[in-house]
Amino acid sequence: MQSNKKNYVVAGLLALLAAGCGKQQESGDQIVKIGSVAPLTGPQTHIGKDNENGARLAVDEINAKGLQLGGKKVKLELLGEDDQAEPKTATIVAQKLVDAGVVAVIGHLNSGTSIPASKIYHDAGIPQISPSATAVAYTAQGYNTAYRVMANDAQQGKALGQYAVGKMGAKKIAIVDDRTAYGQGLADEFEKAAKAAGGAVVAREFTNDKATDFSAILTSIKGKTPDLIFFGGMDPQGGPMAKQMKSLGLTAKLLGGDGLQNVNFVKLAGTDAEGVVASSPGLPIDSMPGGPDFRKRFEAKYGVIQVYAPYAYDAVYALVEAMKRADSAEPARVLAELPKTDIQGVSGPVKFDAKGDTTGGAVTLYQVKGGAWQVLETVK
Amino acid sequence: MDIFTQQLVNGLVLGSIYALVALGYTMVYGILELINFAHGEVTMIGAMVALSVIGVLAGVAPDLPGVLVVLGGILVAIPACMLLAFGIEKIAYRPLRKAPRLAPLITAIGVSIILQNLAMLIWGRQYVSFPEILPTTKFEFLGAHISLLQIAIVVLALTIMAGLWLLVEKTRLGRAMRATAQSREVAELMGVNVDRVISATFIIGAAIAVIAGVMVSAYYGLAHYYMGFMLGLKAFSAAVLGGIGNIAGAMLGGLLLGVIEALGAGYIGDITGGFLGSHYQDVFAFFVLIGVLVFRPSGLLGERVANRA
Repeated sequence: MQSNKKNYVVAGLLALLAAGCGKQQESGDQIVKIGSVAPLTGPQTHIGKDNENGARLAVDEINAKGLQLGGKKVKLELLGEDDQAEPKTATIVAQKLVDAGVVAVIGHLNSGTSIPASKIYHDAGIPQISPSATAVAYTAQGYNTAYRVMANDAQQGKALGQYAVGKMGAKKIAIVDDRTAYGQGLADEFEKAAKAAGGAVVAREFTNDKATDFSAILTSIKGKTPDLIFFGGMDPQGGPMAKQMKSLGLTAKLLGGDGLQNVNFVKLAGTDAEGVVASSPGLPIDSMPGGPDFRKRFEAKYGVIQVYAPYAYDAVYALVEAMKRADSAEPARVLAELPKTDIQGVSGPVKFDAKGDTTGGAVTLYQVKGGAWQVLETVK
Repeated sequence: MDIFTQQLVNGLVLGSIYALVALGYTMVYGILELINFAHGEVTMIGAMVALSVIGVLAGVAPDLPGVLVVLGGILVAIPACMLLAFGIEKIAYRPLRKAPRLAPLITAIGVSIILQNLAMLIWGRQYVSFPEILPTTKFEFLGAHISLLQIAIVVLALTIMAGLWLLVEKTRLGRAMRATAQSREVAELMGVNVDRVISATFIIGAAIAVIAGVMVSAYYGLAHYYMGFMLGLKAFSAAVLGGIGNIAGAMLGGLLLGVIEALGAGYIGDITGGFLGSHYQDVFAFFVLIGVLVFRPSGLLGERVANRA
């Protein structure tokens, strides 16, 4: 037990160093620790770091402005943790953060990690706001600690399914997912909506979130001659998939969710990205109320925005506003204030329903034209 | 029928790459009885170095034909990885040559983790995309789409395998390698410079790995610091399937594994009526590994290892 505690201390110190907050604090400031969890190693690292940077930007701004809670000056400290996009690692780092005494967690990035971690945060009674977990199951567990600032997969999958059949004229549809909570959840919601709109699902294939070879499943799909392939998953798989579709002579269109709708997808798929359609919850960054301004501030510090940084940023503000209303950073008092959240975030208004889902659920569809994502339309 | 041909082509291309990486595992095992788990990472570093050079070349001389640019990348990456493999052997394995066999195995895993993290620091966490400079000519053959790149991969892989076979069977170095594999002590007594032979084995394996790494990144259009891990495991399974320590076995095992994976993933859903789906693609390699270990531990062509044991 003794050595265990020591480990946590060492890990905590390391986290401090990694977060660049190892400096001596001026005396008098009360330190309030907030966790941020996303994959910082593995294939989704670029998106994970993006989330952490989004949260860090908000924390730095709030610290620069100065925050007072209960009459004391408070300094926020962001503890960044890596869950490797692995459900089992997610629970380990979640426990580590709880032991480190965080008052809230911004994260995790993936649904597959947010869901198992949510039980730990719930048991510890600390609020969790995920910037990007979209699986319906995440807020459907009855936990009063689980919140998200992004439209969920039911909203997104429904928009995608209707768009595929209604606007893209798909009749025979093949569905591939990466078997993660996000990919599978989105694909299931898409399937329901596409079927309801009159499309026929001719193939349902699977891959995983570390694969690069899809030739076998795409060949098998080709035999069923679909006119549209839906992929529930992320860009590291979607990119090569688009390439392999072309090289196998598949003429079906590729459609995906927010996992594909980023710069990296276009880089990886190259010219084969042309014409691919993907959705993203919320508004395009330049149509967001605070989008262009956020982009300027973010890019000055961290470079190009991948996808979810604005949501991580808004999640921090939603949390801090709740702290201000509670006039305390105590988790129980913050939790009591979170349902009353009503702020104007970068991504749009942030309000929660009884389950912890966001109520402003717009979904925007994009298409790659001339090597960049262009807005097709926004569905409410 | 055309679907079947296509799956066969998919499998052969994948298998050629597995076979090339498997050669590196099997050569080292044949001589040192060491499973060099860092080999997958050497493949990855090869791809990354080549890709960096390709990026620079394509930027500096945009008119250069893509094939030459890629060749330039390979020509820089090969010596770099040869040096790397030489260094790994010298620093991580040679001091442990007399230690129990588990010790170098663990250092191998350590080296693999170090290389992965080093690559992450150097090239970042993002997927690096392979510039689209190679011709994308396609052919139709019995209803299957075959690209020029796929043909090049298979032909090049077969050429390298044939070259390696000639090297091992017909040259002085090859004879020294075979002698060292049979008995290190006796070979040493006969005047073979065993240290040099072992270094040569690592260096040759690394050169082949670089080519395999570039093939993977050109074929899938990307490279990543993580790519060596799964590739290494699959290639290792291929080497065991063919009979680890046996060079012809690695080639056969690689090709077979590629085809098994492609056909397995392509047909498992239809055969089991959707009960098992294509998400079991990666499982085939390891089923094969377990199956071989249980029923034929010496692998398909691996009598020599059995004799020695």
